[in-house]
Amino acid sequence: MTDQSLIRARGLVKRFGDFTAVDGIDLDVARGEAFGFLGPNGAGKSSTMRMIGCVSTPTAGELSILGLDPVKDGTRIRSRLGVCPQLDNLDPDLTVRENLTTYARYFGISRAAAKQRALELLEFVQLADRAESKVEPLSGGMKRRLTIARAMVNEPELVLLDEPTTGLDPQARHLLWERLFRLKQQGVTLVLTTHYMDEAEQLCDRLVVMDAGKIVAEGSPRALIETYSTREVVELRFGESPLEGFRDKLVGIGERTDVLPDRVLLYADDGDAAVNEVHRRELAPSGVLVRRSTLEDVFLHLTGRTLVD
Amino acid sequence: MAHPMMATLERELTLYRRLWQASVFSSFLLPLLFVLSIGVGVGSYVDANGGLGGVDYLSYIAPGVVITTAFQIGIGESTFPVLGGFKWTRSYQAMRSAPVEPWHMVGGHLLYLMFRGVIATIAFLIIVGSFGAMHSWWAPATIPVAALVTVSVAGPVTALAASIVDDSYFSLLFRFGVIPATLFSGVFFPVDQLPEVVRPLAYASPLWHGVVLSREATLGWPTPWPTWVHVAYLIVWTAIGVALANWRFRKRLED
Repeated sequence: MTDQSLIRARGLVKRFGDFTAVDGIDLDVARGEAFGFLGPNGAGKSSTMRMIGCVSTPTAGELSILGLDPVKDGTRIRSRLGVCPQLDNLDPDLTVRENLTTYARYFGISRAAAKQRALELLEFVQLADRAESKVEPLSGGMKRRLTIARAMVNEPELVLLDEPTTGLDPQARHLLWERLFRLKQQGVTLVLTTHYMDEAEQLCDRLVVMDAGKIVAEGSPRALIETYSTREVVELRFGESPLEGFRDKLVGIGERTDVLPDRVLLYADDGDAAVNEVHRRELAPSGVLVRRSTLEDVFLHLTGRTLVD
Repeated sequence: MAHPMMATLERELTLYRRLWQASVFSSFLLPLLFVLSIGVGVGSYVDANGGLGGVDYLSYIAPGVVITTAFQIGIGESTFPVLGGFKWTRSYQAMRSAPVEPWHMVGGHLLYLMFRGVIATIAFLIIVGSFGAMHSWWAPATIPVAALVTVSVAGPVTALAASIVDDSYFSLLFRFGVIPATLFSGVFFPVDQLPEVVRPLAYASPLWHGVVLSREATLGWPTPWPTWVHVAYLIVWTAIGVALANWRFRKRLED
């Protein structure tokens, strides 16, 4: 284990009774990296995050965080982590500023230093003008920003963010992404879970796709698209349904076809050439869209289109 | 460096500074109204028949009501606030992500309740003292007794609150625990007046032990059993309660 590897897992397992939430995963997260867990609900992302945050004990396998053993040194590890949980757990009856100063005290930070740190962090998350406001009337985006500020109160080396932007409006998400990007520039290691593909593409240097407790793919967003999808995707709409009959008619065009209830997806490296071939076969689609492959295509390809919950 | 337990106590005190007005009625005014209406009102009939045990009725119930207040703070503040800390505000989960251990949380909570019990007791003693209900220079000893009663009941109730997800248990606790204990633990009349079969229930209640200790302090009355036995009984409740609460907090926060 090198000094650079902040998180290292080998064959990590988490079971709850008969249910296996995390089924033997390997991970290496380097210092300064932004690392993402992608996956549908119930894939085991949050369980993994809780083990990394030292609030859940692994059932089996090896795990080391910051070079320490989470079972023996949980307290020491937590003192160097910042955690932004999926569900907000701010103190609703305290003010915005008190939420930060109170939390700072848990880390043994002096009152004066906590006050100073709260000022800086409120500036950073653009909540300085709400410092004396209670938490309750804040918008969802403001609460998230405050939670992130709180996670930064101990100047952590590693910040864990569990679905940081779920439920936020686009403006709030973009502001949050921008702040997280700045943290990354400051050298903070970010580990986040998300099921928003654009979020993963925006923020993550590297990510893993989890499904049913296992890692099904790993790499940079670009590498994942290259490996698991084609360069382009053609979306074809036809005036009729069902579309299942088109599967045979499209054979040989592109690498793969996906027949959905409302459209057919053609995965091809050259989208225009594929469209030309469709027209040559006189299939007469009512709508044609050529677009670049996204992580969403990778995600749906790897984890399937069936709803999990 | 502040100990994490002190940090959790600080949080409770910060919250109290914001919310103390809400507790003034239940912690100060209600017991005072109680002691005045029953002590003075009912007391005039009791005193017309020669008082109770040689003192006026107000002096008889004042040490009982002050301990009851501490008893109810210990229980009441360990029900919804603790359950809410797990279920609604999730502040315990937030602490857990920081380097705060379950026993720090339990310790901070109990220290805070001791503080609450103590200030309620001091305010109460000053007021009823001005009505002439304190008959001994030992009266300030009521303060540590109240603190001990508060934590002796807060421990087990905290453990209960940390174990449940549905708050309906609390109404059972109040109906079958707190109210009967308040009525039958020698606060308003001596336990000897109870039928012999139910007296052991009063002896089992931490409230009764607190009440007899408090009467020893304010009236100079000897306790039924040696003083140290009553104190030890409350300490045993505290120790068991703290152990249970620690255990339940650990269970709830770790998986």
